[in-house]
Amino acid sequence: MNEEIIIAGFGGQGVLLMGKIMAYAAMMQNLEVSWMPSYGPEMRGGTANVTVVISSERISSPIVNSYDTAILLNQQSLDKFENSVKTEGILLYDPNGISRHPERKDIRIFQVSAASEAAKMLTTKTFNMIVLGAYLKINSLISLENVIKGIGDSLPERHHHLIPVNIEAVKRGMEIVKKINS
Amino acid sequence: MADIKLMKGNEAFAEAAIRAGCDAYFGYPITPQSEVLEYLTAQEPHKRTGMIVLQAESEIAAINMVYGAAGTGKRVMTSSSGPGISLKQEGISYMAGSELPCLILNVMRGGPGLGTIQPSQSDYFQATRGGGHGDYYTPVLAPASVQEMADFVRLGFELAFKYRNPVVILSDGIIGQMMEKVELFPQQPRAVEFDQSWVTTGKTPDRERNIITSVDLDSARQERHNQDLQKKYQNMREHEVRFESINCDDADYIFIAFGSASRICQKSVKIAREKGIKVGLLRPVTLFPFPAKEIKKLSKQVKGMLCVELNAGQMIEDVRLAVENNTLVALHNRMGGMVPTPEEVYHALLQKFSIE
Repeated sequence: MNEEIIIAGFGGQGVLLMGKIMAYAAMMQNLEVSWMPSYGPEMRGGTANVTVVISSERISSPIVNSYDTAILLNQQSLDKFENSVKTEGILLYDPNGISRHPERKDIRIFQVSAASEAAKMLTTKTFNMIVLGAYLKINSLISLENVIKGIGDSLPERHHHLIPVNIEAVKRGMEIVKKINS
Repeated sequence: MADIKLMKGNEAFAEAAIRAGCDAYFGYPITPQSEVLEYLTAQEPHKRTGMIVLQAESEIAAINMVYGAAGTGKRVMTSSSGPGISLKQEGISYMAGSELPCLILNVMRGGPGLGTIQPSQSDYFQATRGGGHGDYYTPVLAPASVQEMADFVRLGFELAFKYRNPVVILSDGIIGQMMEKVELFPQQPRAVEFDQSWVTTGKTPDRERNIITSVDLDSARQERHNQDLQKKYQNMREHEVRFESINCDDADYIFIAFGSASRICQKSVKIAREKGIKVGLLRPVTLFPFPAKEIKKLSKQVKGMLCVELNAGQMIEDVRLAVENNTLVALHNRMGGMVPTPEEVYHALLQKFSIE
């Protein structure tokens, strides 16, 4: 088993944290993981992406150029990475703010309206956890139980009162994700 | 039970420093290694083990604090990236001349000058040729995983005290910034057992005073001192070579790469083997001393060697010296923070050696 994932969007959307929680959950399942961020000087606003590799074997390169799963959270990322999804691979995106939607026929495309759903929740910062929930629904590789552990261990203690709303967001994402091609 | 964590390379290095019984860290922030200082500060190791962590006013101040503390026989260290490591070279040269142990981490970024903060391996020459002025070398360890970022702290201190010499850990932005699973070794005591006859912790009536200095204006004595240093470096060449070889036994072609580039090549090996091309990987773990003998041995059995580096081609000079024209040696490289993909490296192999 070898799953190569890219998560890309704007800085501040929680892309890096989402990848970290995925890697953490996979580690709890005794899998090998690597988490490689595009690090840069920007804190917010710029582009951010992270490559997560989950494998049952020792991971060779943490850097890859095609992906089993691409989670793309803004137009620039969609434009940049749509063609990097492997044939039969998965593309998950949020239609919010997207004017050119993905067009490939040889991959499976899923939508999650995470931004509009997050606006209904206690805090819009649950955006990334809604997207994570969508991924869990599409691919059963990592379990909800371990993701919940990952959320608890990744959030600093001062934010622990936000754990329940984040778990709720993951579950919400699992409900609202939909496949848009056949 | 194994102590397994998901950590960045820089964080694993910092945690390992506390656990290795390091007495003091003196540093100054610079991307892509700032997490070392951040993690150490947040951990408050003075409460855990009594370890001192201090952000100096500059890199030059930090290395001179290391110099002073090392003189007392303590386990001390610093870390930086290329521009800061250049500033520290005067201190490193003095410590090599004075024969003091310490650990120096360089998380390389693209240069020259201030360059970029993205990953690179452009400080290979600097690290493997001593770095500062004068005839000296430092052992150079090149980690290729977060696990090795932790493990090489312990190994680095061991070598530093064994040879009374600064030891360099040459990492880069990929290994420093990426997270992987790491199994941490248990806490070790801070007290070090070693020959303390040279330390300057106060003269006792039963011995002459110890002097730590790198200056000796008597040329004859300075030459003898240099000859002793050279013997020490020769000793390192004979006893401290470390490397990893993957699929080399039946290989027709060999990648030679260290650190993050070697991780990329591991995947290129898989791609090539799936296409039926017998490729292996030789990864130098110590860059000084360099695994020249092993490379020479391999050079007699293969059709070609491809050095893959994130610089203009630096390690390839050591490979060419080792190979002595026994086989073809080619280079595939990227610079300035650009990183090749495993497919790119595979195609470079096909092209350089005209493999059909």
